[in-house]
Formats: sequence, structure tokens, C-alpha cells
Amino acid sequence: MSNISVNSLVKKFGAVTAVDGISFSVEPGEVFGFLGPNGAGKSTTISILCTLLAPTSGRASVGGFDCVRDADAVRRSIGIIFQDPTLDNGLTAFENLLFHAYLYGLDRRAARKRIDDALSLVGLDGRKNELVRKFSGGMKRRLEIARGILNYPKVLFMDEPTIGLDPQTRNLIWEFIRELKKNTGVTVFMTTHYLEEAEFCDRIAIIDLGKIIASGTPSELKAGLQGDTLKLSAADPKGLESEIREKFGMDSKINDGGITLTVKRGDEILPALIRGLSTKITAVSMTTPTLNDVFLSLTGKNIREEGSDPYGPMRSYARKNHGGH
Amino acid sequence: MANIAHEMKAIYVISYRELRKFIREKSRIMGTMARPILWLFVVGGGMSKLVRPVSGISYIQFIFPGMIGMTILFASIFSAISIVWDREFGFLKEILVAPISRFSVVVGKAMAGTSISMLQVLILLIFVPVLGIRINAPQFLLLILSSGMLAFSLTCFGILVASRMSSYEGFNIIMNFLVMPMFFLSGAMYPVKLMPPALREIAYANPLTYGVDGLKNILLASASGTPMGPEYPAIVDFAVVAGFLVVTAVLANLSFRRAA
Ligand SMILES: Nc1ncnc2c1ncn2[C@@H]1O[C@H](COP(=O)(O)OP(=O)(O)OP(=O)(O)O)[C@@H](O)[C@H]1O
Ligand SMILES: [Mg+2]
Repeated sequence: MSNISVNSLVKKFGAVTAVDGISFSVEPGEVFGFLGPNGAGKSTTISILCTLLAPTSGRASVGGFDCVRDADAVRRSIGIIFQDPTLDNGLTAFENLLFHAYLYGLDRRAARKRIDDALSLVGLDGRKNELVRKFSGGMKRRLEIARGILNYPKVLFMDEPTIGLDPQTRNLIWEFIRELKKNTGVTVFMTTHYLEEAEFCDRIAIIDLGKIIASGTPSELKAGLQGDTLKLSAADPKGLESEIREKFGMDSKINDGGITLTVKRGDEILPALIRGLSTKITAVSMTTPTLNDVFLSLTGKNIREEGSDPYGPMRSYARKNHGGH
Repeated sequence: MANIAHEMKAIYVISYRELRKFIREKSRIMGTMARPILWLFVVGGGMSKLVRPVSGISYIQFIFPGMIGMTILFASIFSAISIVWDREFGFLKEILVAPISRFSVVVGKAMAGTSISMLQVLILLIFVPVLGIRINAPQFLLLILSSGMLAFSLTCFGILVASRMSSYEGFNIIMNFLVMPMFFLSGAMYPVKLMPPALREIAYANPLTYGVDGLKNILLASASGTPMGPEYPAIVDFAVVAGFLVVTAVLANLSFRRAA
């Protein structure tokens, strides 16, 4: 049975349709990614799945329980790391986790043990009794992750778990997710607009304007595109172009100092080309399609145009300065 | 409520959190305690020189029950308003997504406000001997009980208001148009009987009036029948505060459920 199953889910806020009839399912032990630009409906979907929002229509279930009718059972089976910070900065790391443990009905002894384990997993054992106010953004995020797994959830939701973090912390968190998946078999549902991050997922759905426009494994999605782009530089681009056409039956485009061609399996063709061509080649390069190319080909726009994320900088600002009282 | 022990644990930890933060922030304790103590000794002490004692009760003794009421009022409302903070800073989501009932959240918050208020009331009671007021053990217990009821109901009242506030900007409005009038029109500083008629009507409708009067019944019983003493029978005060408690508790739950 699927751990998450969503059927024709719709959520409207007045005139805005934030989620527009999406359906998907996530199998136990999968890391499932929701990839989409700002305002695509990712957080809204998570809010419905974790029972904080009621859907306008359609159905959603988590861990086999209906998110509306059986909200309490859903809440018992999930852990969640929200997009925006939800720690109490006026409490210590330990107190934040203890609060969580009690809300989930753990007793004192079990709570203490799990808290120690969780803190060492995210590398915060030395900071246990420090006020969260004094933590850096990355430390706060790691603490939120520790909190999210404290109740041993069956399904872990992570809404942009690494937003606003430096690459090093980002890698650390990814390492952690992979370990967690390996050791506990937890199902992970995460959203992101980092393309590199989506590549780590077992399966992704690309969402735009409340609709899922593609889904599959990252390589399946990319395989749906035309293929890899090869660039060969040569002193005689024209000669190169005609030799490729004659010997390999492939059309290429001539441009400044070389040619480019698009092929299905660049990794196989490139060596063959180099072996078989007599024209002198001075440089080669190959670009494989990214998920952004997939998004681009489906919607005609980039997931994340440079500087087009009006909330990005504000969010990392919020994370740094706002996380509590 | 499937699991009572689990809900109790949640109620405990929700109130523990706020008490912990209150005790941790020494400046907050000083700040909140400074207000009643300043009023008591600056206003009360000063006025005592102008107002002649009646039946042996000086003005500073007269306003002492009112100062307890004021302490409870501010502490309870301020504590309840933390819901708005929690929403603004996201922590409320951590609470709302947990497998506990909304009822327990409200009870936990109400208990938080009550215990923070009671802690301050206990500090204030240190001044009882200094002010020359004498109370015995049963009176002390009654005092704790009345203050506790008043604190619980005012925190519920605060939760009711806070559930409807979407941002912290409303805080000043609440303070200036609700909390301060409630305080001034409660008989805390001035007997309700002697107020101008229009204000007196408002004071009659103010639940804090009966809360403060209940405290006067315990602390100033000897001045009954004079302007310095309690104005209503203790049983009336008790009934009004108990009724207020039930109504605010129900409304706080309804309004929090709707807002959450
Ligand atoms: N509470 C709300 N009231 C009204 N509109 C909302 C509300 N929450 C979300 N929306 C709208 O729904 C749409 C989807 O928002 P959502 O937060 O789900 O996007 P997202 O994919 O998470 O975006 P981001 O990457 O910026 O986090 C947006 O147009 C947003 O303005
Ligand atoms: Mg979002």
C-alpha cells in the first residue's frame, strides 16, 4: 500500500487555485520530491497532507489514514520540517525537543534517550543546553530536522529543508536524509526548488501553477528530452560538419570555432566520434540535460530565473532573524 | 480524547514552556512586578496622605486587592497574547500539527497564564505584613483560590481575543481599549459605588470588578459597609467570577478551534 496517496486534490484560496487537481502516490521507503517554482502549490499540498489545511475537494491519505477524517492518526504517523522556522528561540535545544516529545506522548525516559540520539545524529550534541536564539541558521535547521524525526515518523515531510543554507550544510543534510532512509526506511516527501537536490530523489513530480506537469525518476524525465549536447571545437568547423554528416549521418550546427550537435547518448557517441574523425579537434564538451531543461521544455520558462525569487532572500533573512521570541 | 495521559502531558508541557520562559527572563519578572509595586507604594502611599483611613483601612491597604487584580489582569492577558507571537513566529504550527486535541492546547495555554499570574500574586503577597494587613491560613487559601479562578478566566478571555487577532499590531489596541479600561473601572483604585453613574454602569458589567471585590471580601472584611470595604457579598463575587470562567473557557475553545 502507498504511504501517501493523493487523488484529484484541489485547494482554493478565494479566487486563487493553489492546488489544481493533483494526483500522485508515494511508496514506502521512497524519497519523493516536489519540484516547482515559487507559488506552485508545494507548501499548500504539504499543509493538506499534514492536516493543517482542509482540501477544497479531492482526497489525500498518509500512512493509510485519511487526512481529513482521520487527522489524528495522520498526525501520529508524520514528522514535518516546515518551510519557515518553527522553533522557540527562547528555549534551549533540549527544551524544544522535550516539548515535541511530550506533545507526541513520549515518557520522560524515552524522550531523553531519543533527544540525545537525535542531537548527535545532526551533530548538535554539544549544544544541547544552549538557547536556540544563539544558533546559526544551519544549526536551527538541523535542530528542526532532529525534532522532525524524534517521534519516529512513518512519513517525514520536509518543505525546502535546505533553503537559505550554505552548500556545506546542505550536503550534510542530504547525507543525513540518505542515512535516515537507509537505516529506518522512512518515507520522505520533500519540496525544493534546487535542481541539484531533486536529482537525489528516487522520484519527483514537477509542479507548476498547482498542476503536476511531469513525474518520474529524474533520469526518466531527462531521458524524455532530446538528449545530450556535444560541442566540438576545430580549426575547420565546416570540414568537421561535413565529415560528421558523411561518416555518421548526423546533422550538426556550425558556430564560432566549432560545431554543436544534439544526440541521445552523448556518453557513447562522443568516444566514437573522436576515434572516427580525421579532422583535427581542439576541444570537446558535453552537457547533459538538467531538470531545468525538462521544466523549460514543458513550460517555456526556467524554474528559477536568476533573481526571480522575490522571497528567497527574505526567507533566509527570516530564518536568521525571526525564528522566535 | 483517546488517551488522557497523553493529553495531560501535552497540557503540562504547553504550560511548562511558558512558565520556563517567564522564569528565565529575569527582566520580564522585574518589569511585570515593578508595575503593581510602584502603583502600590507611589500611588497608594501618596494617596494615603490625602485620604483619611476609614474603619482603620488606609488607602494603600484599600488598593492592595486592586493591585492583585491588576497583576492578574496584565499577566493573564499578556500570557494569552503569546498565541499571537506563536502564530507570527511559526511555533503555533508545531503545536497544531501534533496529535493532541485543540482543547488541550487551550487548557495548556490557560494553565500557563494562570501559573504565571499566581507566581506574581505570591510575590505580591509578601507585602501583606508590610501593609499591616493580617490574614490567617484559611484566608490565604481563599485568596489563592479566588486569584486562581480570576487568572484562569482572564487568560481564557485573552485567548478568546488573541485567537481573533491576526497580528501583533492589535496588541496596543487591546491594551488601551480593553485592558486599561477594565482595570480603571473595576473598583481597584476607587470604590465603584462612588463612581459617576455612567462609569458605574460599565464597572457593574466588568467581571474584574467582582474579582477585585472578592479579594476585598477576604482582605478588607473589617471595612464592610464603608467605601473602603467590599461592595457585594462574597457569594455574588464568587458566582460572577465562576460564571465568567465557564463562559470564557467555552468561548476560548470555540474561537481557538475556528482560528486554528
Ligand atoms: N493562506 C493562504 N491564503 C491565500 N492564498 C494562499 C495561502 N497560502 C498560499 N496561498 C497561495 O497559493 C499559491 C501556492 O502557494 P504555496 O505556498 O503552496 O506555494 P509554494 O509552491 O510552496 O511556493 P514557494 O516555493 O514560494 O514556497 C500561491 O499563489 C499563494 O499565494
Ligand atoms: Mg512553499
